[in-house]
Amino acid sequence: MSIFLQTLIYLVIAVIGSMVWLGLNALVLVYCERKFAGHIQRRPGPFEVGPHGALQPLIDGLKLMSKQLLTPDNSDAILYWLAPILSMIPVLALFMPIPYGPSVIGMDVNLGLLLILAFSSFNGLAVILAGWASNNKWGVLGAARAVAQTVAYEIPLLLTVLAITFMTGTLSLTEITAMQAGSILNWNIWPQWLGFIIFIIAMFGETNRAPFDLAEAESELTAGFHTEYSSMGFGLFFMAEYGYMVVMCSVCSVLYLGGYHDPFGGYTDGWWWMLLKTYALLFFMIWARWTFPRVRFDQLLNINWKWLLPLATFNLLATALIMKL
Amino acid sequence: MGKFRENIIQPILDCWSLMVGLKITGKYFCKPLITVHYPREVIDDENLETYGGHVELIGKPKDPATPKCISCMMCVTNCPSKCLKVVKQKAPKPTPEQEAAMAAAKEAGEKVVKPKAPKNPAKFTYDYTLCSLCGNCIDNCPPKSLKFSNNMYWVATSRKEMNIDLLARLKEQATELSAPAPKTEAKPATAEKEA
Repeated sequence: MSIFLQTLIYLVIAVIGSMVWLGLNALVLVYCERKFAGHIQRRPGPFEVGPHGALQPLIDGLKLMSKQLLTPDNSDAILYWLAPILSMIPVLALFMPIPYGPSVIGMDVNLGLLLILAFSSFNGLAVILAGWASNNKWGVLGAARAVAQTVAYEIPLLLTVLAITFMTGTLSLTEITAMQAGSILNWNIWPQWLGFIIFIIAMFGETNRAPFDLAEAESELTAGFHTEYSSMGFGLFFMAEYGYMVVMCSVCSVLYLGGYHDPFGGYTDGWWWMLLKTYALLFFMIWARWTFPRVRFDQLLNINWKWLLPLATFNLLATALIMKL
Repeated sequence: MGKFRENIIQPILDCWSLMVGLKITGKYFCKPLITVHYPREVIDDENLETYGGHVELIGKPKDPATPKCISCMMCVTNCPSKCLKVVKQKAPKPTPEQEAAMAAAKEAGEKVVKPKAPKNPAKFTYDYTLCSLCGNCIDNCPPKSLKFSNNMYWVATSRKEMNIDLLARLKEQATELSAPAPKTEAKPATAEKEA
């Protein structure tokens, strides 16, 4: 069998694998989100469907799929239905270069980090298409808001990631992970603690999570770019958002928390550590969502332009200076 | 210097409040739930006592089937929702002996003593669909004959069922009190769960 064919088969398996992984994550995270929210407010969360409401997300998905697909009058139907797909498809590509374990990786590319950053910015395009094609002024306004937010938070995110590449000298996520082998002291979080904090905050903004969830805010700001979407049109945006959450948390644990390496010196390395770190970060995101009130839009942009951007620039320059010395 | 403090130092100090917030919600996350899963368990009696449901009558201590009510209409006058209806009892027809006594008194030029109407009401109905549970009737009741019930699990399928006869309810409660209490199937949520 030619190497080309072998690679192709491997890639197809990897894509199917990430689809399954994405779907499973969406189900589990929706359930976790509602359960955590419940427990923080000292109520049970979903409880009736299945043991402790475990089948609730499945039933919700079924309900979502059985609803009618509506296209608004005078909307640009092609762009309108392209938008959710465009938001969903790149997420699958995002899972490819993330090393979940020494051998659990979809596609080991040298430019893994670049690939993730490039494909994740597709979301902005999908959002603006969705808002524009809906033939709804609130949709357009919501899209403008969401894009202003995504673009703004992309910059400090890029700068902090750049500081990591300055340190490691590579864009390959596997190599960045390999450099953090050994004990917990080798992790990038120690020299890059400021970058880590900025990355976490920018991650909230980038994935439209509370307290920066002005792109959605379905109950308070009458949604936004996805006002007109029904059924799985909305469902795809929803799943894509959870996909981005998982990707960002995975990238964060690869960049700063040593990826699949254990904290004790490399005896129990494996995908379980990666999952543990990713889910710890996801838990933190959910925890923060149910703790902090939503910021106002000017506050959101102020946090980014007045604080995150200068701090990220400072972090980058300091890293460059130290690496040069 | 003031500007520097206001714009740079204060925001950094304010970040601490975010940690405090996380600590509070984290603490609540670890605490046991206080919600009661209704069909499977019910509120324990201690917590049910403090629940203020619809209005109901209080019986006389010696005769629990008869209300303390004196039909003064204070509750009806003070009710902003007009959900209470009280009908006074009429005076009973005098017996032949009483009639004779009255006639004798009249002839003798004395004061005629007519039989008085009993004070407790003939009818006392209550429309829960109108009630706003303000408690004005309870506050203004001179003989303290009204109270909030702790009838928490009352459900009706029509407006008519919510229009109840409080006298009949009091009678039922009186007979229930004398009879042994029926066992409820659902177990009450235990007190330790609340702690």
